Amino acid sequence: MAAIISDELANETAPPRPHRKRRSYPVWRWIILLLTAVYFLIPLYAALRFAGIASFGDVVHQTGFSDALILSLKLAVITTVLTMALMVPTTIYVHLRLPRMRRLLESITILPIVIPPVVLIVGVLEVAPGYLKSTPYLLGLVYVILAMPFAYRSLDAGLRALELRTLVDAASSLGAGWLSTLWRVILPNLRTALLSATVLTVALVLGEFTMASLDLYQTFPVWIVAFDQTSGPVSTAASLLALFVTWLFLLLIVTVGGRRARRTGGAQVDLISVTRRDTVR
Amino acid sequence: MEATNISSATAAGVPGRAASGGAPVSLREVSRSFGAVRALNGLSLEIAPGELVALLGPSGCGKTTALRILAGFETADSGTVTVDGKDIAPVPPAKRDMGMVFQSYSLFPNMSALENVGFGLRMRKMSTADRRRRAREQLELVGLAAQASQFPHQLSGGQQQRVALARALAIQPRVLLLDEPLSALDAKVRLQLREQIRSLQQRLGITTLFVTHDQEEALSMADRVGVMKDGMLEQIAVPSELYTRPATAFVAEFVGTMNRIPGELSGGGQATALGTVAGVQSGCADVPAGPVDVLVRPENLRIAAIANGNGIVTSRTFLGSVTRIHVLLSGDVTVQVDVPSATATELAPGASVQVSLDGSPVQVAERS
Repeated sequence: MAAIISDELANETAPPRPHRKRRSYPVWRWIILLLTAVYFLIPLYAALRFAGIASFGDVVHQTGFSDALILSLKLAVITTVLTMALMVPTTIYVHLRLPRMRRLLESITILPIVIPPVVLIVGVLEVAPGYLKSTPYLLGLVYVILAMPFAYRSLDAGLRALELRTLVDAASSLGAGWLSTLWRVILPNLRTALLSATVLTVALVLGEFTMASLDLYQTFPVWIVAFDQTSGPVSTAASLLALFVTWLFLLLIVTVGGRRARRTGGAQVDLISVTRRDTVR
Repeated sequence: MEATNISSATAAGVPGRAASGGAPVSLREVSRSFGAVRALNGLSLEIAPGELVALLGPSGCGKTTALRILAGFETADSGTVTVDGKDIAPVPPAKRDMGMVFQSYSLFPNMSALENVGFGLRMRKMSTADRRRRAREQLELVGLAAQASQFPHQLSGGQQQRVALARALAIQPRVLLLDEPLSALDAKVRLQLREQIRSLQQRLGITTLFVTHDQEEALSMADRVGVMKDGMLEQIAVPSELYTRPATAFVAEFVGTMNRIPGELSGGGQATALGTVAGVQSGCADVPAGPVDVLVRPENLRIAAIANGNGIVTSRTFLGSVTRIHVLLSGDVTVQVDVPSATATELAPGASVQVSLDGSPVQVAERS
């Protein structure tokens, strides 16, 4: 990942030099790439060997598997919908009307990363009313907060890649009201940013353990840990499954979003550009 | 590709439009402040139906604010804005029927050229078939019918601005607003598009406000040019008058090239500089007699190569029919003098020359 990120950064600042690039590609880059790949792939391969292909079939039939997966997926949907409903209008509004608030909003959205999840969930459980505590959907609300940094950053990057002010003015001079402008002009051009925000949120919810565990609900990650005690191979297969599902999502966004952006020339925001901002910070 | 001419496409007549569709526009005593900055300071401007008025000025002079107030994107703190005699202050931008062309990047990236042009019609609930037909007509008008299905990023900068123009005209606006539409283009395309916009505007007879910081653009395109400074109009006049009879020293120096030469103003309306005397133009009445700067255009200076003259040629620039000679006068003053290129040969850098006024009336300004 590190190699990809620095490459991307270099490409942004320096104009491409097509002739020199191929010749001067140093060998050590490939060595680093190889080492990194080995570092990431060997554990995966080991896990795959340990679990065995047959275990993947078993996973599905384990007690609690489908309940846990369904709960996690439900939470993912709820979190995504709430996050988008909250962050899309807020980010657009701040970009258009309160550009000076952007720094403040950025720092606010970092808070969930700075505050440890344990602290957050213990606090939430302390003050949450009973009727919320008795449902797993309280987790959805908390996840909205956790997803905020990622959602905000993708949307912010997407909006900054647009000439938002000009597009909104143009739409309005042509007779478009607010809803038409949002629906026909802003959102279609934010497509890729919305997609990355969604995938990041979904990945976050599918992988979150601490809060779910402390809230005593068996989401998919909690189930995996609980299962670890009884059947190693099946639990490992479940983890790998979770990983592959997430990867599938990431792959989907980079290919679909990338192609769409090339076709329309819209703002291209992919996972790398979104995660890069987080890494650089 | 850029060479496709709009006027040839329009020669057959403009589809679906009367020859003159312009509405009179009037701004009276319009002021607008942003915090402590007074962007507009009692601006008054009348635009006749079908007229193209350019607002010209340095950045921060308030010209863009004036345009945005007319478009409805900003509100005036005080003053009135009327179109066709009606106060438009309460009308939101979406209902003003004003076509606007922005500096750049205003096309919707997710829509093809045709969809972009049809957008305003779609907002007016026109049927799909009518919309496509009208949008296609507008694209033909700007010579881009072949690019109808292309997306903005597949078009060149000039083509994008022509699509933007077609889009603004498609809604048959009462007023056309141009916000530095050419400034992001390269010189050759800019020149072509300038003529195309002007011929289309005249053909449609549409009232147009054009904001620019490029004086050449303003002078070549507009019926009248308003020079702005600090949120106010310094002068509004036809281009030739602006050049030959500037009302203030600011206008004189902002429009065209102007030399500032130290001189002396006598009480009788005579100015002396470079050992020659010239009459002073009206409009300089507020300058007290005494030491002044005399403002002279490069073509209103005489130059002759003589030994022990009052200046030395430092460089010369060939501009086609004329050659501009840069002369360093005694007292560390540099002036530019235009001479016919045929007579410029003896004025080589290093030559000693005598520079003098040609006797035509000059402007004076307080010494800077």
